[in-house]
Amino acid sequence: MNTLKKITSNQMFIPLAALLLLIIFNLIMDPGFFKINLVQNSAGNYVFSGYLITILDMGSELAILAIGMTLVTAASGGQDISVGAVIAIGGSVILRVLCGTDPRPEVLKAPIIVAFLISCVVCMIFGAFNGALVAFFRIQPMVATLIMYTAGRSIAAWINNNTLPVISPAASETFAYFGGFIPGIPIPTPVFIAIICVIITMLILKFTNLGLYTQSVGINENSSRLNGLNPEFIKLMAFVLLGLCVAVAGLIKVSRISTINYSVIAKDIEMDAILAVALGGNALSGGKFNMIASILGAYVIQFLTTTLYKFKVSADALPAYKAVVVIFLVVMSAPIVRDYLEQLRKKMAASRKEAAES
Amino acid sequence: MKKLKNMTDTNLLLAITIVVFFLMYIGAVVILGKGFLKPQNFFNILNTNAALIITSVGMSIVMITGGIDISVGGVAALVSMSCAVYLDYHNGSVAGSILIALAIGLLYGLVQGYLVAYLDIQPFIVSLAGMFFARGMTTIVNTKPFNVANEAFVALKNTRIIVPGMGSTNKKGMYIDAYVEIGVIVALIVVVLFFLVLRYLKLGRNFYAVGGNKQSALMLGINVKRTKFISHIICSMLAGIGGYVYFLHVGSGSASHAMGMEMNAIASSIIGGTMLTGGVGNIIGTLFGVLSLSTIQNIVTSAGFDQAWWTGITIAAMLCIFLVIQSLVIARKNK
Repeated sequence: MNTLKKITSNQMFIPLAALLLLIIFNLIMDPGFFKINLVQNSAGNYVFSGYLITILDMGSELAILAIGMTLVTAASGGQDISVGAVIAIGGSVILRVLCGTDPRPEVLKAPIIVAFLISCVVCMIFGAFNGALVAFFRIQPMVATLIMYTAGRSIAAWINNNTLPVISPAASETFAYFGGFIPGIPIPTPVFIAIICVIITMLILKFTNLGLYTQSVGINENSSRLNGLNPEFIKLMAFVLLGLCVAVAGLIKVSRISTINYSVIAKDIEMDAILAVALGGNALSGGKFNMIASILGAYVIQFLTTTLYKFKVSADALPAYKAVVVIFLVVMSAPIVRDYLEQLRKKMAASRKEAAES
Repeated sequence: MKKLKNMTDTNLLLAITIVVFFLMYIGAVVILGKGFLKPQNFFNILNTNAALIITSVGMSIVMITGGIDISVGGVAALVSMSCAVYLDYHNGSVAGSILIALAIGLLYGLVQGYLVAYLDIQPFIVSLAGMFFARGMTTIVNTKPFNVANEAFVALKNTRIIVPGMGSTNKKGMYIDAYVEIGVIVALIVVVLFFLVLRYLKLGRNFYAVGGNKQSALMLGINVKRTKFISHIICSMLAGIGGYVYFLHVGSGSASHAMGMEMNAIASSIIGGTMLTGGVGNIIGTLFGVLSLSTIQNIVTSAGFDQAWWTGITIAAMLCIFLVIQSLVIARKNK
């Protein structure tokens, strides 16, 4: 009984249980879900393909976003709902720098690394804008980020004057590597990018006080201030770091299709990112967090998405199913419901004890 | 200056809004010419924004109570699609479609209100999920957008109510009556009704008390949970009615209808002086908020910035400015 309680109270329990549930469901419905083939792609390379690879591949952006979103959630007790829109901005900036004003360039106007760094700076500035509204003007994070949520895609279209620049393979073969495959390596590149981001984050959390400070600001702002922390700065930093994560995700997103569609790119991804944090068992009202659980949560969400796609759920109807999952999760994690369930469990244990005694 | 200091937050913010609206409208008349002077131009603003006025009133009430609801746009889309399918594919009656709109609103209010008020879940998360659910449901109801051909409905849609004495002569010298659509009448009734409710009814005062300070409201013997619950029901019901008015204006069902309406409603409420922190706000302010928002959109499009992105950017900029003003007003109080 005690070990059971220990297991269920572990934060990793929820995402792992959800993952297990999805795996069992897919095993029963169609074991072919787990098949991985080595096939030749259009470029002539041998690459892995299969639903599991798709999950790892498409889940990369989400995992990267989950890192930043976890920090923001922990520090500010709210979520950033502008990530999808800022991804559009970041992607637009990359294409603007690479293509200049020519929508179909023969050669790239700048090295990819320069475009990426500029995009990072721009996304961090937008992150800082959100962060400043939250930290200095004390506006609720979700309302403050609502501004960028509305304006973001418009700004993205504005940056490229509403043209849709395309980077053809003739202009640069390398550009498609970030969202596709590097020749000779059968695993999609986004997986590696995600792994690198996760490792860097883990190292930062291990060797700096970032995690500790973020949590203490989230738990109690005033006492953190009395202990010599600067809550405003830490909140601002969380949003800026999320901006950096968004820039990386934006690079992957535009590299996947070598072009951009302002109204569709990274649509509804904010929902998935928030869901990943919630599924990781982190309190959405801030405070303590578990980074690994969030990242695992991101992949579980992608697992769910891919499963739904496999069962012919259209992309437009997908949010309805996910919304049900979100509501279920938040209801189960609500303190009132938890207390109620705890009482119910105690009552049942007591009645069982009585029955055993009599 | 001293008088300004003694003003309550509600009145100060309301005054700012009304001044901003008139400055903007006069500016539009001066810069963009006489088009804005025609009464019909003003009535057109009302015609296109009747739905927004109704949903914004609901949004203001939720915000005054200290919550927020971003599912209203999704609800409006769901209502328009469901009614369109009911009217055309099932040969339904207009009265039936109105009942559907109200039922969807009520159902949304009950579920979201229960989750927010009694289970104490953050309203933003609840209504974010609500928004995605509504948008997804809309495509499940019907994927393709289509125009409604139901005769009774089209007749209702084309009903024009002529405003006496406000007409103007066109270039050929013919006199054209100024008109408003049915939705505008509904919107005005909603505004007046809820202005009176908030001002004179116990329920209305409870909204302010709960939004202002939950703890003291509880000590005054107000049922905080029930008040929050009711505020969400009102908001979702008004979103349902607003959705129907929107449907009446456009006459078609589509999953992309009312995109960003939640945003416009929140922006209108904030511009109208409703505070995000709760406890402060005014329905008349909300009405002026909607008018300011649509006037600036009108100015932006008629000044030649007709690309779609300018609208998004201007609304966001306006929202940002007013949020900062509010933040400063709170700071003033704390001093």
